[in-house]
Amino acid sequence: MIRHLISAGDLSLDEALLILDTADELDQIAERPVKKLPTLRGRTVVNLFFEDSTRTRISFEAAAKRLSADVINFSAKGSSVAKGESLKDTALTLQAMGADAVVIRHGASGAPHRLAGWVRGSVVNAGDGAHEHPTQALLDAFTMRRRLGRLEGLRVSIVGDVLHSRVARSNVLLLSTLGAEVTLVAPPTLLPVAVGSWPCSVGYDLDAALPKADVVMMLRVQQERMNAAYFPTVREYSRRYGLDASRMALLPEHGIVMHPGPMNRGVEIAAEVADSVRSTIVEQVANGVSVRMAVLYLLLGGSGAQA
Amino acid sequence: MVHAADQAARGEPRRGDREPARAVFEPEEIRRALTRIAHEILERTNGGDDVVLLGIPTRGVPLAHRLAERLEQVEGRPVPAGSLDITMFRDDLRLRPARALGHTEVPAAGVDGRIVVLVDDVLYSGRTVRAALDALGELGRPRAVQLAVLVDRGHRELPIRADYVGKNLPTSQRETVRVLLTEVDGEDAVLLSAVPLSTGPLTTGPLTTGPLTTGPLTTGQEGS
Amino acid sequence: MTGTWLIRGARPLGREPADVLIADGVITEIGAGLDHAGAQRVDAGGLILLPGLVDLHTHLREPGREDAETVLTGTAAAALGGFTAVHAMANTDPVADTAGVVEQIWRLGRQAGRCDVQPVGAVTAGLGGSRLAELGAMADSAARVRVFSDDGRCVHDAVLMRRALEYVRAFGGVIAQHAQEPRLTDGAQVNEGEISGRLGLTGWPAVAEEAIVARDCLLAAHVGSALHVCHVSTAGSVDIIRSAKAKGWQVTAEVTPHHLLLTEDLCAGYDPVFKVNPPLRTAEDVAALRAGLADGTIDCVATDHAPHPLEDKETEWVAAAFGMTGLETALRVVHEALVDPGLLDWAGVADRMSARPAAIGRLTGHGRLLAGAPANLVLYDPAPREAVDPAAHASRSRNTPFAGMVLPGRVLATFLRGEPTVIDGKLAR
Repeated sequence: MIRHLISAGDLSLDEALLILDTADELDQIAERPVKKLPTLRGRTVVNLFFEDSTRTRISFEAAAKRLSADVINFSAKGSSVAKGESLKDTALTLQAMGADAVVIRHGASGAPHRLAGWVRGSVVNAGDGAHEHPTQALLDAFTMRRRLGRLEGLRVSIVGDVLHSRVARSNVLLLSTLGAEVTLVAPPTLLPVAVGSWPCSVGYDLDAALPKADVVMMLRVQQERMNAAYFPTVREYSRRYGLDASRMALLPEHGIVMHPGPMNRGVEIAAEVADSVRSTIVEQVANGVSVRMAVLYLLLGGSGAQA
Repeated sequence: MVHAADQAARGEPRRGDREPARAVFEPEEIRRALTRIAHEILERTNGGDDVVLLGIPTRGVPLAHRLAERLEQVEGRPVPAGSLDITMFRDDLRLRPARALGHTEVPAAGVDGRIVVLVDDVLYSGRTVRAALDALGELGRPRAVQLAVLVDRGHRELPIRADYVGKNLPTSQRETVRVLLTEVDGEDAVLLSAVPLSTGPLTTGPLTTGPLTTGPLTTGQEGS
Repeated sequence: MTGTWLIRGARPLGREPADVLIADGVITEIGAGLDHAGAQRVDAGGLILLPGLVDLHTHLREPGREDAETVLTGTAAAALGGFTAVHAMANTDPVADTAGVVEQIWRLGRQAGRCDVQPVGAVTAGLGGSRLAELGAMADSAARVRVFSDDGRCVHDAVLMRRALEYVRAFGGVIAQHAQEPRLTDGAQVNEGEISGRLGLTGWPAVAEEAIVARDCLLAAHVGSALHVCHVSTAGSVDIIRSAKAKGWQVTAEVTPHHLLLTEDLCAGYDPVFKVNPPLRTAEDVAALRAGLADGTIDCVATDHAPHPLEDKETEWVAAAFGMTGLETALRVVHEALVDPGLLDWAGVADRMSARPAAIGRLTGHGRLLAGAPANLVLYDPAPREAVDPAAHASRSRNTPFAGMVLPGRVLATFLRGEPTVIDGKLAR
């Protein structure tokens, strides 16, 4: 098993399936009265969150605690980092505290790469800038497999601000490894220049993509992008790329709607769509804990020796 | 005694200068032992009313299901059977890279207040059973826990004993005991060899879907 | 004050071995079988002899960022790299936009004595991009500034660039443009392309350089003035400059050693030692730059030596400073990238790394290797192949992208007006 989980592209097909299968087994813990396993007892997991994200942090915290690990939460606000301590010095401090794993969320792409060079433990990327968010892609794939029974050959459309989305990047990499067919749908301004080299297709027309989508994943679009002329108005964006009820009806009967959250209800996704039975948004959150338990177990549960 | 011709017929690899494994339990004897154990379970649990069988992956699971079948044949009603993976409760996790988990399936009836019979293929140091007791403790509170094994090969490292034993097999620690079951390996056998077998599954039968190691053996490369 | 030196058996411009006699700071004779009683002898068998290298683009950081480099340490690095003259860019603190600051830098160079330091004057006051700096005062000062640049920033306002080009005609100056359209490169971190998309970093598109290069070539032609393009980094820019020169326009251009050898995929590990402005680009760009330097479309190699202290590079990518050191590795990189593949011979190296930059910088004392010229020269051993070791560098900073890379060659001696600044591969004093 790999030592760090920084990019979804680091995972081979076997490794990805191992994580999903392990998560399947660990999912049962959620139903038990005692949601605890002793496996990571004595290990220390540090949540190093430089960006606010209560939801992801709590998910990792729950995952680590269910495995009996000790959890230390480090949030950048009001800490020595806010006073200008460098990422490197923070890393050395964690090292001195004996962190077995550091779960890091940071606003700068590549921060986990740098951290991995400075700490001895495992580094789990909980989201770095616009680069990647591998555990999100894993829980998304887990959710798809649960709902639809398979991943190979599944047709997935990812819609929205791909250019700035770490969720999109991780999902494209992981889904293509798992044998799914990914299509990105966005206005040309929100697609990276070299997207043609990615393992997916690209389209500008959402209505054309929906009838052929087993899964449609909506990405959050930020209002600030309008100010940088990525699209003229929120209204136009929503009209052309928003998933409302009538668009949802274009999906095949079994089609599901996903969203990594947090949602802009009324912009990229209508409230009634988010709350419909096709929507997996709530179960994505629950699945996140099982998937993160699987990742922590596989990274920390053994001797840590590389095969 | 396993003959070279039999080995060849089964498509096994050459042993060369290694000692051949010998069968210490023939398929017929295995069948009879399981039938006997089923009857013993019924005796000691007053008809098996509250019994739940939980097999420890990998090969404890098909054994549990075979026992359940026999119990049902005798008593005329179904006996819940499932599986209990113990990987997360092992005491030797840190010695090797993290392993894949086996499948846990607890029958709908649950374990609270019931007599759980743990089923495994080989009882050796007792550590697997210790882990199973811990795993069971997280699921609920059985009224009693009993243990059924196909083979007891001695050398306990913990104060654990089996309630039901298919065969007592005195072994030295240099020897390896390997159980084969049709559901997993395509045939029924119990093999004893003097040195660790370093080859993979001896048949081309269905491969296990559980963890790759449950005992002292590891899957390795085919060949001599 | 200056001694007499006899360099024996060196290969001037890579040609047949010859002896060189130096006295009173001047090359007195180049020929065979020379001798001079009392001269100090340098046995230079097998060594290439070049005119002292001239760098049109370095950042010596003093005044203001002496933690990264000083004129003293920077010129030591230059001498070890075979340079006898370097131009010091104006983005210091305070900015070199007045006669006072450029004279200070010029004086520091003279005191250090290892290499001539020619200050570059800012084009706009404070590098603010809105008002011209006192270009005339800087030209008349003791520093005799002729090259003006806002390097670090682009003079993006077309009117201001036009005025600057016109204004310096009065004293034979040249405007050296850092071509980077600011709005197209807002927050840019790496070349815009496959790598930027994959890494989730804001891209720096080639067009942001090419659009300014094209505009400025046209402006220079229109007002009849001289434009120098700093650190050309794209194939498209090379094409534009080639086309401008074909029309006889007064355009010169430079390329850095790192853009001749390194590509954007080195950035994939997010190590900021590879973060530079303009960014490392594609293999196609590298090939076009090499071809451009070989055919003279690009006039010279300029290091854009940009030292940074550890804390400015040992961070996450977006927080790190842009820039790479380059003085001590320049000649070796050019050897590897152009001479070994047969694109440029040693005479060509002398032209691109000494003669032409001296001409563009209007430095009369540098760039020539002949009898009567000031004895500014470098002896280079082309034979060894060693890994670059930043710990051994004289520069105060260690941010070289070539760390650990095996490169050919070694500078063994550098002479500045007849006095060795480097001898036996080490600083002379």
